[in-house]
Amino acid sequence: MAVREITAPEKAAPAAGAKGRRGNLYRSPGFWGMIFISPWLLGFLLFTAGPMLMSLYLSLCKYDLHTLQFVGAKNYEVLLTRDPLFWKSLRNTALYVLFSVPIGLTGSLFIALLLNHKVKGIALFRTLFYLPSLVPAVASALVWQWVFHPDSGILNYGLSKVGIQGPAWLVDPDTALPSLIIMSLWGVGGGRMIIFLAGLQGISDELYEAAALDGAKGWTIFRNVTLPMLSPTIFFNLVLGIIGSFQVFTSAYIMTAGGPDNATLMFVLYLYNNAFRYFKLGKASAMAWILFAILLVFTVVQFKQASKWVYYEGGEKE
Amino acid sequence: MASIEPVGRDAQAEKLRRFGIFLVLVFGAALFSVPFLWTVSTALKTNEQVFAVPPRWIPDPVEWSNFRRAWTELPFPTFVFNTVLVTVVSTFGQVLSASLVAYGFARFKWRGRNALFYLMLSTMMLPSQVTMIPVFLFWRQLNLIDTFAPLIVPAFFGGGAFTIFLLRQFFLTIPRELDEAAMIDGASPFRIWWSVLLPLARPALITVVLFSFIGHWDDFMGPLIYLNSMEKYTVSIGLRMFQDMFGTQLELLMAASLIHILPTVILFFVAQRYFIKGIAMTGLK
Repeated sequence: MAVREITAPEKAAPAAGAKGRRGNLYRSPGFWGMIFISPWLLGFLLFTAGPMLMSLYLSLCKYDLHTLQFVGAKNYEVLLTRDPLFWKSLRNTALYVLFSVPIGLTGSLFIALLLNHKVKGIALFRTLFYLPSLVPAVASALVWQWVFHPDSGILNYGLSKVGIQGPAWLVDPDTALPSLIIMSLWGVGGGRMIIFLAGLQGISDELYEAAALDGAKGWTIFRNVTLPMLSPTIFFNLVLGIIGSFQVFTSAYIMTAGGPDNATLMFVLYLYNNAFRYFKLGKASAMAWILFAILLVFTVVQFKQASKWVYYEGGEKE
Repeated sequence: MASIEPVGRDAQAEKLRRFGIFLVLVFGAALFSVPFLWTVSTALKTNEQVFAVPPRWIPDPVEWSNFRRAWTELPFPTFVFNTVLVTVVSTFGQVLSASLVAYGFARFKWRGRNALFYLMLSTMMLPSQVTMIPVFLFWRQLNLIDTFAPLIVPAFFGGGAFTIFLLRQFFLTIPRELDEAAMIDGASPFRIWWSVLLPLARPALITVVLFSFIGHWDDFMGPLIYLNSMEKYTVSIGLRMFQDMFGTQLELLMAASLIHILPTVILFFVAQRYFIKGIAMTGLK
C-alpha cells in the first residue's frame, strides 16, 4: 500500500499538533500515524507493557499488599511441586477446553451452515440462535444454575419425560464440570457462528457452480470447497476459542464457587482467589505467567500447524 | 447471500432438502429457547409454584409483581444507573479511540508501522490476568478503588486489539481516492477521519458499538475487583449479591436476571440490520 504524494494547497496544514508543518499532510505519514495510534501506544505502555514487567517481578516476590519480599522462583516451585489445587485447577480447565472448544466450534459451524440457506424465516432463526450469547454471563450462570436444579430444574424434568433419571449436575463432583461444558454450548450461536456465517458468505458462488458442473455432490463440495475456503475462519475461531476458554471464570464463580470438592475449580478462579481472597499476589502473578506460557505454546503450535491445513486465497495471509 | 444452489439438480429434491433444513432449524431454535422460556416462566410464578413437582410452564396466577419486587428489594435502579454510566462512557471511549488508531494503521505508512501493528495484534493472546494485578495496584496507588475510573479510563486508550483490527480492516475497504479528494480540498487528517471515513464506516462502527456495549454491560470481573460499596455496584455485581440474599426466591432472581438481559437484547434488535453486514464487510475471515 504505497502512500501517494499529492501536493495540497499550503492552507491545508491544519490545527492539532501540525504547527510549522506545511504542504501535504500525508507527506509526514510517520508523524500523523504516530499521532493517531498514540492512544493505543500510551495504553499499551501504561496498561500492558508496564504491568507485564511488574507482574513478572511480582511473580518472583511474596506480596500481601503490605510487605514485599523477593523470593526468586519459589512461587513457581511451590505451584508446580507442592500445590495440588494448582494441578487440579489446571486439569479442570484443560478438560473444559478439550470438550467445549471442539464441540462448540463444530456446533457453531453446523449452525452457520444451516443458517446460510434461503429458507423461510431465516432472519428469525438467526436471531433465536444468536440470542443466548447476548445474555450477560452472570444472568446466564444464574439461569443455568436453575436449569440444572436436581429436583425442580427443567433439564431433569425433560430427561424424566424420556425415561432418564437425571444426575444431580452441579451438586455432584462427577457431573459438575460437564455441566459447565454443556452450559458453554448454549452460546454456540454467538460471535463465532456469525464469523463463520460471514466467512461462508464470502465464498464465491462460482466455486460452487464449478464444483457442481464437475458433478460434485453435497459432502464432496463441503469437503473440497467449503472447508478449504473456510479454513482461515476456522483457524481464527480456534485460536481465539482456546484462549477464551482457558480463561473461563464467571460461570464457575457464580454457579459452584469451584465446588463441589474443587471439581470446577478453574485456573482463573483459583488465580482470582489467590489474588483477591488470600492476597497472595506473588503466587497469583506466577499463575498468570504460567497461563500465558501455556497459551503462547498453544498459539505458536497452531500457527506452525496452520500452513498444513489453512488455505489462504491468493496464497497470502491477510 | 451466497447459498449452495445446485445446478441442474432435481427441483423436487431441493425442495425436500430445504424442508429438512427448516425442520432442523425449528428443533434447534426450540431447544435453544428453552432456558429463556423457563426463565420467563419462573419470573412470573409464586414461590410455591416455582418448586412444584412436576414443573409447570404456564404460571397461574401470573405474578407480575415479581419484577417490581426485584426492582425494589435491592437498590436496582442505582445498579442500572451505574451500569449505564460505565457502559455508555466506556463504549464511547473505546469506539472513539479505536477508530483513531485504526485510521492511523490503515492510512499512514512509516517505518515500524507493521511491527507496531503486529505487536498490537499479539496483545490479543495475552490473558488479562497477567496485567490484572499490577493494574489493580496502580489504581489502588491512585486511591481510585471503589470508583468507576478503573472501569472507564482504560477504554479511552485504544479500545482493544480486536476493535482496532475490525475497524482497520473496514477502513482498508474504503477507497483511498476519497481521502485524497478531501485532502485536495484542504481537509486535515482529523477532518478526513471524521467526515470521510467515519460516515462510510457506519456498519462497522455499529457492529463495534454493539460488541463494546455488550462487553461492558456484561463485565463481571472488573466490577468484582474494583467496586466495594453497594451504591457503586453495577447490575452484574448486584445480581451476584441478589443471589446471596434471595437464593431460594428463584422467581425474584429470574426476574432480576431478565432485567439484566433486556437492554442487550433490545440493542441487538435495533442494530442487527447492520450487524452481520458489518462483520462480513470487514473481510474478517
